[in-house]
Amino acid sequence: MEYDVTIGLEVHCELKSTSKVFSPSPNTYSENPNTNISVIDLGFPGILPVVNKGVIKKALTVATALNCETPEYMIFDRKNYYYPDLPKGYQITQLHHPVGINGYLDVYVEDKVKRIYIHDTHLEEDTASLDHYDKYSLIDYNRCGVPLLETVTEPCMHSIDEALAFLESLKRLFLYTDVSDAKTELGQIRCDVNVSLAPKGSKELGVKVEMKNINSFYNVKMALESEIKRQTELLNNGMEIEMETRRYDEATMQTYRMRSKEEAIDYKYFIEPNIPPIKLSYELKNEVKEALPELAFSKITRYINEYGLSLVDAKTIAKDKNIATYYENIVNKGKDPKMVSNWVTTRVLGYLSKDEITISEFNFTEDKMIELLDFIESGKISTKQAKDIFYKCIEENKTPKKVVKESGMEQITDEEEIRKIVLEVLDENSDVAKDYNPEKGRMLDFFIGQTMKKSRGKANPGVATKVLKEELLKYTNQ
Amino acid sequence: MSYLDLSIEEMHEAIINGKVTPEELVKESLQRAKEYQEEYNSFVTITEKEALDEVTKIDNNDSYLYGIPCAIKDNLSTKGILTTASSNILKDYVPCFDATVVSKLKESGSISIGKTVLDELAMGGTGTTGHTGIVRNPWNKERLIGGSSAGSCAAVASGIVPFAIGSDTGDSIRKPAIYGGIVGFKPTYGRISRYGLFPFACSLDHVGCFARSVKDIAYVVDAIKGHDEKDMTSLENDNVKYSDLLDGDVKGKKMFYIKEIMDINNYEGEVDKELEEVFKNFESVKEKCRELGMEVCEESIDIRLLKAIFSTYMTISCAEATSNNSNLTGIQFGPRGEGKNIEEIMFDARTKGFSELIKRRFVLGSYVLQKENQEKLFLNAGRIRRLIVDKFNELFEKYDAFILPGSSSIAPKFQSENIDKLSNRYLLLENHMAIGNFGGMPSITIPSGKIDNMPIGICITGKAKDDLNVLNIAYALENVLGCKGQIAGKENK
Repeated sequence: MEYDVTIGLEVHCELKSTSKVFSPSPNTYSENPNTNISVIDLGFPGILPVVNKGVIKKALTVATALNCETPEYMIFDRKNYYYPDLPKGYQITQLHHPVGINGYLDVYVEDKVKRIYIHDTHLEEDTASLDHYDKYSLIDYNRCGVPLLETVTEPCMHSIDEALAFLESLKRLFLYTDVSDAKTELGQIRCDVNVSLAPKGSKELGVKVEMKNINSFYNVKMALESEIKRQTELLNNGMEIEMETRRYDEATMQTYRMRSKEEAIDYKYFIEPNIPPIKLSYELKNEVKEALPELAFSKITRYINEYGLSLVDAKTIAKDKNIATYYENIVNKGKDPKMVSNWVTTRVLGYLSKDEITISEFNFTEDKMIELLDFIESGKISTKQAKDIFYKCIEENKTPKKVVKESGMEQITDEEEIRKIVLEVLDENSDVAKDYNPEKGRMLDFFIGQTMKKSRGKANPGVATKVLKEELLKYTNQ
Repeated sequence: MSYLDLSIEEMHEAIINGKVTPEELVKESLQRAKEYQEEYNSFVTITEKEALDEVTKIDNNDSYLYGIPCAIKDNLSTKGILTTASSNILKDYVPCFDATVVSKLKESGSISIGKTVLDELAMGGTGTTGHTGIVRNPWNKERLIGGSSAGSCAAVASGIVPFAIGSDTGDSIRKPAIYGGIVGFKPTYGRISRYGLFPFACSLDHVGCFARSVKDIAYVVDAIKGHDEKDMTSLENDNVKYSDLLDGDVKGKKMFYIKEIMDINNYEGEVDKELEEVFKNFESVKEKCRELGMEVCEESIDIRLLKAIFSTYMTISCAEATSNNSNLTGIQFGPRGEGKNIEEIMFDARTKGFSELIKRRFVLGSYVLQKENQEKLFLNAGRIRRLIVDKFNELFEKYDAFILPGSSSIAPKFQSENIDKLSNRYLLLENHMAIGNFGGMPSITIPSGKIDNMPIGICITGKAKDDLNVLNIAYALENVLGCKGQIAGKENK
């Protein structure tokens, strides 16, 4: 039997900031456990939270970028549960009045545009991280109080590809808006994945199973594959799916039960009394809106429609905001968008990935690229030469102008200059020249070859041919 | 007559004029603390060493509190000094930071001589549930002093210190102040920072103080109030010194009392000699108010709202308390429990660490927050709270304050019969002070007389941020009530 898969995602993203969301402790990643902490993070008796205003702005930025409705006031709630990763015994989060609700994000899934609906995005504090050993566990409170933005989608994705496309796009959005480093390998993005199966064409959703705390997009894919397979098999055997929470185990690539619906925790949410409502003024909302950069989706679409790029190239360039900026800065100087795209997607990205550096570490700046393209456009250098110059510029950290000059690669296009060379060639080979017959192409080739040789390859072949024809005619007419 | 029995103002002058040194005052204060400790049990910790050390370090400054000894409730965080909240679960807890109010006291040059006993975790009104034993009323050892700020009140009432810091969530400063015959004040919510106060119910918790006169209260509040970056609920500075502005000019001020609470017919079958005396005393207070040129009017409030105060208070405060104390699991704080897994370890630590009374409140708080009960219980309590506050704020458009008796009796005996918590006398007369916590209003109690040589008093509450007005009314009134500066067991000055 065939099934419709429905997927919903909850994506936790650690926001970057100088201090934590409710305390003055530094918000920096540290390998040394329990170094970025304060009494507030540790939940000492008598401590009070103070909201980091900068973090609110970042949360508002994401909500705005996700086309969400934003509330008049920022209000926080307490989520109560007992676990050693939560020293206060409650987490400050947002349940009743999230910073964003009812939004959407348009993403490309292959070559189709899919709108992913956002239920809400809300700001909360991260918990401590635990390391479990055989007979004991260790707690690192560094992560306690790190600002965490949780974005919850509607159950609106129907394939693993859609889910992954959304995750990639959301990660892009975090990077474009510069709210997070979004490094999954540092646990800065973590996902809860909800999946249900229903008979094909069914109007109602199937029973939802939640998989918690998946730490990479690859594992989201693997977890979904495994869980969809598990549920399909159960349903095919006439069994029912139980509403439950499962965890994905990387080693076995299987999901395992954590708790059933009956065991679900009642978090006893209530409004955090220590944080008065914080007004999100019209001015602030407007400021955030104005400061929002053009996002990847819009760039891709524009590159295709305005610049005539292929979807693949457009996606490749828009994948990294800084690459896109590099690209656009060159195009905006009047360079051919397709030609620039070719250079960026092949030479530039190829070099970056080979050397494992970012575009900001790359010494072949936009200005250098513009110079190089100028040389090509004016016909002063050939495309083949341009490639050599490109690498030479990078290795010697020089401008194309300098490299061209030093290596004497610049073509001679001036007719009179070429004429001088041609005349010299004809004089040196006057016997042959006298017998010149325009019908015999090979003779002309000979002279072109001689001219190129004499100019050490710098003579523009087109101009040289034209001048040679003229001068040879004069020669034979003598 | 010792200098320690004087008002803060007089003590200050004596220090400035060199008649007494801070060291002498602190030593005598410590002496009394130790001497009375067995009898009244005001202190969890008498910080003799720290106090004697501190007094050599303080700089003479403009503050009226320079060199004045004080006591601090043991639910305020004190760096390097045991702070137990009178609970077994924190019996060995030594904080690494000072509460803002403690820092401010240090800046003022006041010397804390000890940490005072409270009802465990500030939950309770008897002063009998602290882990180091019951606190006794200095006016009569057979009677309780009330709570939860029991030790702070007893320390001031018995003359150990001229002022003490407390906290007030329902009436935890003002009720004991009534029973101890001294002044108790909690200012507007946010006037004094709560940073470092062990939370009972954050939305109701106030830091406040005890002293033996309204002027002394003003000196103390001047030193400890002010905006605090560490407490988002703290108010902006009002940039005034209350002590400078008390003038006793209350002519034309308007107060009201509540008809339903002051109608003796509402207490059918519950009237005894003490209640009659309380009513009689209140009549005379009203008369004195009028003599001072104030108007005192009767206002009627839906009795259902008034009777709902207690359950509203319990619902909200227990809910917040169960969450606030969830850090006490024996993992980060408290003695480590035993068990096979983390749940069992926390379960064991909390089972051993809290008394029955506390656990009952946690269960109650947890119950009202449960998904299936929250709307009906917790959220409705919030709505009732709103209705009550709105009603009083409406009345404050016409009035400067309201005035009511602080209790229906003198301090009860330890072995008194269980109070009927559904009786009108309890619901109407013993719980109205929580209105001030619901609305964050400034509220003060001052002694207004005695029954059988045990103090009784009245409570004056004004609208939020109107602290000075409330203090000034109390200041004018205490001058004509004849109970100012009284110390248990000593002749009135």
